[in-house]
Amino acid sequence: MNMSKKEYGDMVKKASPNSKIVANCIKAFAVGGTICTFGQGLYALCGALGASRDMQGMLVAISLIFLAVLVTGLGKYDDLVKFAGAGAGVPITGFANAVAAPAIEFKKEGYIMGVGAKMFLIAGPVIVYGTLSSMIVGLIYYFVR
Amino acid sequence: MDYIKAFIIGGAICILGQILIDKTKLTSARILVAFVVLGVFLGGIGLYQPLVDFAGAGASVPLPGFGNLLARGVMEEVDRMGFIGILTGGLRASAAGIMAAVLFSFVAALVFEPKAK
Repeated sequence: MNMSKKEYGDMVKKASPNSKIVANCIKAFAVGGTICTFGQGLYALCGALGASRDMQGMLVAISLIFLAVLVTGLGKYDDLVKFAGAGAGVPITGFANAVAAPAIEFKKEGYIMGVGAKMFLIAGPVIVYGTLSSMIVGLIYYFVR
Repeated sequence: MDYIKAFIIGGAICILGQILIDKTKLTSARILVAFVVLGVFLGGIGLYQPLVDFAGAGASVPLPGFGNLLARGVMEEVDRMGFIGILTGGLRASAAGIMAAVLFSFVAALVFEPKAK
């Protein structure tokens, strides 16, 4: 194929947005799927140790949050987000990272307005809108149950 | 088989998030909020729990699963406590996750130094 550098550049530009999205999606699928599969393994482990079903859910969430915060503290969760995007952001580990990363980063602004306040930079909105929508669900449920 | 289902469903939910990021330029904070709220409403109308029953951690580990937990919690609390349960159910159900994140993050802030930029 004969083409000038400019034509080639145009072609790359045209082709790349979508192929980039596909590549991003594959990486998100692989990493997100792996985190969930790991969680499934934790469920099995907690079950084998005799935890009740509700307790299993809590223990799995707590363990994943612990690991994600640890990886964040070691500075590695950022790399995972850069690589896998939503694959690292959408599992509960992404929520834990969103709490831990600003808590560590804003340490220099002190423990009150730094760690204490910035911890909720992203978790705050999640909790606010999550709980408010749970109230809407609760209200409707109260009348229709 | 449980592991394959968890992988595929969990991965698929993450693909949905990735498409939102790439196509809409929504910030990740907005996507996290959207996913939790989506999970709350799907949980509220009883559509999310079947996915959890099918895919286990594949549905409960992604953030809509956290929303589903809130919805289930508020409905159980309304059953138990009546009207006041509307106010207390959501936070009660999510307390373990939120407090684990707060505790571990606080300790992490004590132990780790921010990365030099």
